[in-house]
Amino acid sequence: MSKISLIIQREYLTRVKKKSFIVMTIIGPLLFAAMMVVPGWIATMEDTGEKTIAVVDHTGKYTDRIKDTEYLNFSWLKGEEADEVASDYKVSGYDAYIIIEADLLKQPDAVKIYSESQVTIDVKEHISRSLEKYLEKEKLASYRIDGLDAIISEINNVRVRVKTIKLSEDGSEKESSTELVMIAAIIFAMMVYMFVLIYGMQVMRGVMEEKVNRIVEVIISSVKPFQLMMGKIIGIALVAITQFLLWVVLTGTIIGVMHSVFTSGGANVNTNVEMLQSMGTQQLDSGDMSEFAEGFTNIVDNVLSLDLIGSLFLLVIFFLGGYLLYASLFAALGAALDNEADSQQFIMPVMMPLIISIYVAMASLRNPAGDLAFWFSMIPFTSPVVMMARIPFQPPIWQIALSITILIVSFIVTTWFAGRVYRTGILMYGKKVSYKELWKWFRYAGK
Amino acid sequence: MFLEAKQVVKKYANHLALNNVDLHVPENSIYGLLGPNGAGKTTLIRIINQITGPDSGEILFNGRPLKPEDVHSIGYLPEERGLYKKMKVGEQALYLARMKGLSRHDALKRLKYWFEKFEIQPWWDKKVEELSKGMQQKIQFVVTVLHEPKLLIFDEPFSGFDPINANLLKQEILGLKDKGATILFSTHNMGSVEELCDHITLINKSKTILNGQIDDIRQGYKDNLFKLDFVGDEELVRQKLTGNFNIESINAVNGHTTAFVTMLNEASVNQMIASIINDVQIYGLQEVLPTMNDIFIKVVEKSNQSNSKN
Repeated sequence: MSKISLIIQREYLTRVKKKSFIVMTIIGPLLFAAMMVVPGWIATMEDTGEKTIAVVDHTGKYTDRIKDTEYLNFSWLKGEEADEVASDYKVSGYDAYIIIEADLLKQPDAVKIYSESQVTIDVKEHISRSLEKYLEKEKLASYRIDGLDAIISEINNVRVRVKTIKLSEDGSEKESSTELVMIAAIIFAMMVYMFVLIYGMQVMRGVMEEKVNRIVEVIISSVKPFQLMMGKIIGIALVAITQFLLWVVLTGTIIGVMHSVFTSGGANVNTNVEMLQSMGTQQLDSGDMSEFAEGFTNIVDNVLSLDLIGSLFLLVIFFLGGYLLYASLFAALGAALDNEADSQQFIMPVMMPLIISIYVAMASLRNPAGDLAFWFSMIPFTSPVVMMARIPFQPPIWQIALSITILIVSFIVTTWFAGRVYRTGILMYGKKVSYKELWKWFRYAGK
Repeated sequence: MFLEAKQVVKKYANHLALNNVDLHVPENSIYGLLGPNGAGKTTLIRIINQITGPDSGEILFNGRPLKPEDVHSIGYLPEERGLYKKMKVGEQALYLARMKGLSRHDALKRLKYWFEKFEIQPWWDKKVEELSKGMQQKIQFVVTVLHEPKLLIFDEPFSGFDPINANLLKQEILGLKDKGATILFSTHNMGSVEELCDHITLINKSKTILNGQIDDIRQGYKDNLFKLDFVGDEELVRQKLTGNFNIESINAVNGHTTAFVTMLNEASVNQMIASIINDVQIYGLQEVLPTMNDIFIKVVEKSNQSNSKN
């Protein structure tokens, strides 16, 4: 077996066998599955505790204008009861009380809710909406328009629903969800960012470990320093890909199982968009399990409407490109530095473009074909993250190809550069490192 | 010659590490590479291990230029040595052995032999960080010699060893020589040089300042100093040993007197004995050869002086 494959094997196996790797591999898919389940679950979650609220209306204009709901009961108090509400609303079994002091048209803040525990936003909204609706009606009525009721009911029936339809090359139409594309873009960008950062840092730590443990000289008496560096970088890349693939497979399995459970459970699958909209505005009024299931299966169907395989493939490509670019620089840093404490000033400049790229990626969600997004998806240090954020919006193929090409050329250059710094750096002990020093190593390492 | 360095020059950015250094290591010898810190020993050793290359000059191995495959014929124990702390001992030894070109099967077989020899089999599945330093050094040694290299290079092998392990290491080095290996080692421990080395090269400030067989060197630097043990009148000896003799020191302990005497010019041992044999009881007379330690200091200081004059 060739030596570099021995190195790759060691780097790979020691990491894959680690507890932290196994834990992350299991937790990851659970998190992803949760990301798909939780929105559906939250939509079905509503405050189900019944509340009774006392209302004291000093104006006498609004009696019974706040309607009871399934969970909220309003009792309109009069006379003595009303006067003493502040002191004995709790004894009388109310959770809160409302006082309306003046005409709300003239003084909109004349309504106040008093309670011991903070009232939820739903309660507050229900009250203000009820009052607003009533006031609107009153106001309209004050104009004395004929046939007002008919007009209002007509107005209430106006609805617009925008469906987004994706056109494929062959002209076939597919329903898609803009929200989902956005979410996919964020997830892709974050994944590349996280993987490059986490595994790039692992390369640095690995190199530093070899240097600090003083094992490096034993090993480079058997192999070339460049082989050792590449073996480590490739080994760790394989760990990352293993983790990624396990995540995809496990997430897919979890989602698949849940999907089949819910669809066979007789849930009626609505059209995707309607479902998403209803979920988005949280107008679900029952916590029925079947609706949760519907929401869930709809998300799954929508995810499947994206070009998932292609995207995941590109995700691996851009991760690898970005990783190789950064990992080689991290390897050079690890070789140059003896301890993590004085490494901070050198790590920051390397990490900076990566951090910038995540901001640019988020900004380019609004305009994925704009100049900002375009240029940052070409610059090799930011392109992996920014391009992945654009992928779900389907940028032109030539841009993807150009971005990948630039990335490949760049990581060849950085690897070459890093290799030279690395081979000198790993044998330098106790030397205070400066940028000038690094440059010197780079220059005379050719021999 | 088994291993030769010819006119090796290595320059780093701001200093010359090796300046036309030669080395001639005969087969099956123990060769000492000596010199003060920063003299260039480790650089030379790294060049022989092909960790770094010379700027000019060449290294001949078995009479031909060094090839990349030759790393399989060399076992190297660097001065800065360590192991992966989180890795298991056996796994790690196997990994390092395979990096030297051994097959898994051979490596396991030989590791078994050495682990039994050093009685460290129980440690096979332990992590390195659980081991004492001495234990780790044994493992490093095993890994260095496991692939039965023809050339062994030890850089400061005794540093950090306790006396017991240092002695064990010495025995193993001698044993390896008996089995036909050639050993090159650098050290500051002059005692071990006298005990082990056949030849030495002394490097100071990137240049060779002394080399040759250790016995020749010690003979070459001797001061005709003799150690005389006797019982009797100290004053008489002082009176008798004059002219061609010079008493450096004289010391009596429990009635036994030891004198260090330098002989000048043509004086001989026989003359010395003759001039005092009737006055005192002689218990011993023996030539004192300079220790490698003395020679080291003398030669290095002389070379530093002539350097500073230039």
